[in-house]
Amino acid sequence: MTTAMQDSPGHESAGTKTYLRIDDLTKNFGAFTALRDVSLEIYEGEFVCFLGPSGCGKTTLLRCIAGLDYQTAGRIAQGGTDISALPPSERDFGIVFQSYALFPNLTVQKNIAYGLENRKVGKADTERKVAELLELVGLEGQGPKYPAQLSGGQQQRVALARALATSPGLLLLDEPLSALDARVRVHLRHEIRQLQERLGVTTIMVTHDQEEALTMADRIVVMNHGVIEQIGTPTEVYGTPKTAFVADFVGTMNFMPGTAAGAGRVRLGTVELNCAAMNGISEGTPVTVAVRPEDFVVRCTDGANGNAFEAEIDDMEFLGSFYRAELKVPGMGESRIVVDLSVNAVRDLELAGGRSLPVAVPSDHILVFPAD
Amino acid sequence: MAVTTIGAGAVKPKVSGDERMMRVGIVVIGLFLLIGLLLPLYAMMSKSFQDSDGNFIGLANYAEYFSTPALFFSIYNSLTVSVLATVITISFAFVYAYALTRSCMPFKGVFRAIALIPILAPSLLPAISLVYFFGKQGIIKSWLFGESIYGPIGIVIGEVFWTFPHAMMILVTALSITDARLYEAAAALRTSKIRTFFTVTLPGAKYGVISAIFVVFTLVFTDFGVPKVIGGQYNVLSVDIYKQVIGQQNFEMGAVVSVVLLIPAVISFTIDRIVQRRQVALLSARAVPLEPKPNRTIDTSMLIVCGIIAFVIVSIIVMAGYASFVQFWPYNLNLVLSNYDFDVMDGGGWDSYTNSIQMAAWTAVIGTAFIFTGAYLVEKGQGFKKGRTVIHFLAILPLAVPGMVLGLSYIFFFNHPDNPFGFIYHTMAILVVVTIAHFYTVSHLTAVTALKQMDPEFEAVSASLKVPFYKTFWRVTVPVCMPSIINIAVYLFVNAMTTVSAVIFLYAPDTTLAAVAVLNMDDAGDIAPAAAMAMLIFATNAVLYSIYSLGTRGLQARTQAWRKR
Ligand SMILES: Nc1ncnc2c1ncn2[C@@H]1O[C@H](COP(=O)(O)OP(=O)(O)O)[C@@H](O)[C@H]1O
Ligand SMILES: [Mg+2]
Repeated sequence: MTTAMQDSPGHESAGTKTYLRIDDLTKNFGAFTALRDVSLEIYEGEFVCFLGPSGCGKTTLLRCIAGLDYQTAGRIAQGGTDISALPPSERDFGIVFQSYALFPNLTVQKNIAYGLENRKVGKADTERKVAELLELVGLEGQGPKYPAQLSGGQQQRVALARALATSPGLLLLDEPLSALDARVRVHLRHEIRQLQERLGVTTIMVTHDQEEALTMADRIVVMNHGVIEQIGTPTEVYGTPKTAFVADFVGTMNFMPGTAAGAGRVRLGTVELNCAAMNGISEGTPVTVAVRPEDFVVRCTDGANGNAFEAEIDDMEFLGSFYRAELKVPGMGESRIVVDLSVNAVRDLELAGGRSLPVAVPSDHILVFPAD
Repeated sequence: MAVTTIGAGAVKPKVSGDERMMRVGIVVIGLFLLIGLLLPLYAMMSKSFQDSDGNFIGLANYAEYFSTPALFFSIYNSLTVSVLATVITISFAFVYAYALTRSCMPFKGVFRAIALIPILAPSLLPAISLVYFFGKQGIIKSWLFGESIYGPIGIVIGEVFWTFPHAMMILVTALSITDARLYEAAAALRTSKIRTFFTVTLPGAKYGVISAIFVVFTLVFTDFGVPKVIGGQYNVLSVDIYKQVIGQQNFEMGAVVSVVLLIPAVISFTIDRIVQRRQVALLSARAVPLEPKPNRTIDTSMLIVCGIIAFVIVSIIVMAGYASFVQFWPYNLNLVLSNYDFDVMDGGGWDSYTNSIQMAAWTAVIGTAFIFTGAYLVEKGQGFKKGRTVIHFLAILPLAVPGMVLGLSYIFFFNHPDNPFGFIYHTMAILVVVTIAHFYTVSHLTAVTALKQMDPEFEAVSASLKVPFYKTFWRVTVPVCMPSIINIAVYLFVNAMTTVSAVIFLYAPDTTLAAVAVLNMDDAGDIAPAAAMAMLIFATNAVLYSIYSLGTRGLQARTQAWRKR
């Protein structure tokens, strides 16, 4: 078996050797620009997610990497070789589409063996490989069935096995889980990730589901309107979003209009707060201040160096492991902020609708973006 | 590595082996349509501007045409019978289709099968049958109150019979795709049945009705068989072409009439295309299928009306069949086989029947392979967008070209002394080529519809697995589309057996065809043998069609096992 089938040390230690390199990629469909100056590097053995809203160009980027669409400008290099102009059949990748595109008239076995048959692999070797792959994706004994006789999740695994059969250096997945129902989806996330770690195959997965990206990816490429907004690990993308778009798209975020008040301070209505990063915004500029619901603190607010304000609980929703509350801040006008309260805080402080309380925000959890 | 970069990072993709092969395929299909369609049409049109020595004389031929009442009056005649036949066919077909889709009338399967009978017969057959019913020695001649069947009456009745299945199939499709929720809403609002019909049913089937109108109109306007047999002194355009070319050897005037015939056909075709494009949008909408509810009054009246229509269809066939066995109509009604002794008659004898079978078989095999592959390249090919768009347009075009016009165009093109393809003139090959070209469009559209239902990513997957496209075409595309492929083959065979118009100018003494023999025997006054040959064609098609209908069930069970869950 080739190197791709060998076990890789695992998740955290994905190599730092560049495997795929994209430089200034632009793709136009007529007058419409689907991708604009996209540059990125993907390391060997890495699991990367392209994340963004529908229509932002994720699939287009994936198809350019596969050679199914050609970029208008820019270059793509895989394993050190420029593949920009190569047709798909001369590139090295396996692909799984949202529809799976399983050949309906061929059995599961034949589907998986489809790419092997053309490579002068002996019959016995092919059979052994197919059995191995069936076991790998947990479909032992399903070989003689036709795709229509399998469930969605099983079909998805067959597509995966078929794409992996020829041991490609790069695995491309276009929304592989979006056609499945929620329960199967969560289960398959782990399976795909585990499989990828075992094989160590460099993988790119397209998704519009931020939870999927956060749980599966080594690094996430957040895209919007054909440009890359941010590239980073799930923690980076969630914790320190570089743009208001990323902050909004990944996770839940409170956005509050304010003004830069100079030297690490922002003003929101009559409230003034310290913040760690001002991103070089000069005093008096209108800004958008962003805080995650879980970053507000309601206990020991005295120690918050004055980064606290009074608020009144407008509405509270119990979500099992925590409460999500809507707070009215007298100093900030009509808009509400969403705050997550732990169950024990609600219990200990006897919080309920209508109660007023001091709320603090640690200065390093306040994000400031230029207002648009 | 063959990476070519131009200017500021622009990428010029390397053409893969697959793509190169596909391009060659597209060019081959393009050449066929060029040689089998465009160039002949061009030759025909330019002929209409020439004198008999080939000198350009501008519009002189047209001036002559429009100053000869005997000629241009045919335009009026053609329009008259076309409009009449269209109105009658659409009315009957609508009721029939309505009964099949919206009522709980019993025996729907039988009624549907009967309605398809006329497709299997050459258009000459109903005309011959009408002669036996209403001709000079017809059995119910008196029903016409002294009017003659030879003329517009006969043409209209014959055309209604012959075009009925085409209209019915379109209307059944249109009436099947309705949303039950609209009817539930109408019922909830206590809308009367009649009002519901006019406010929900008719608008919903609107595009189907319009499409059926244009299809029937074009069929009647360009048909040759019915008016040839029963038109009498009533001249219509298609028969004029025949008379100019065969009777008077006036090829230039034949070309002029062809252009006159071609123009309305092209207009009607264009409107139909536009209408159909809209209907596609209607089809793709998600709708709840309508389950008709039993209603005694409606179901009974539908049964009566459909029963009458079906009875007429069957009688027309039965009459031709009966007459073909009668020894000497109407004096000696003994049943004999002598009318089937074609070898003692003009028209080519039994050879013309075997020629027809051969021609139909070649057309079905070659035509299906060629048209399906072409549709595949148009639909699934990568790159070469311009080439694919041109082919798609060319593939739709034959529907607009009447058979007579195509046949005459072939004479001008292939009989030209400088034509390198001239060697196929007067061979079986030219008959196969003209028939494939004539029936290209419907086959192409059937193939495209089937291909559109395939996952668009099959080709991408097989490229990623480094499997050449032709292998996936053979192992996946063809098997999955097999029902449609067989459907195309049957369509081509049946039409090749029945067509007269496209081949009437092109057969040679050793390539006479059965349908042409029907026409020639009728021309020579041998009506009973003509009926016999027409019945033979019908029987052949009926047998094939039955095998096809029964066979598809068996085939579905064996080769399409994967469709089952
Ligand atoms: N073949 C095409 N022709 C024209 N526009 C296209 C084509 N493919 C994609 N687009 C457009 O490019 C944009 C990005 O599409 P896509 O990459 O499919 O988005 P997504 O991020 O949802 O995968 C969309 O606005 C889409 O309409
Ligand atoms: Mg997409």
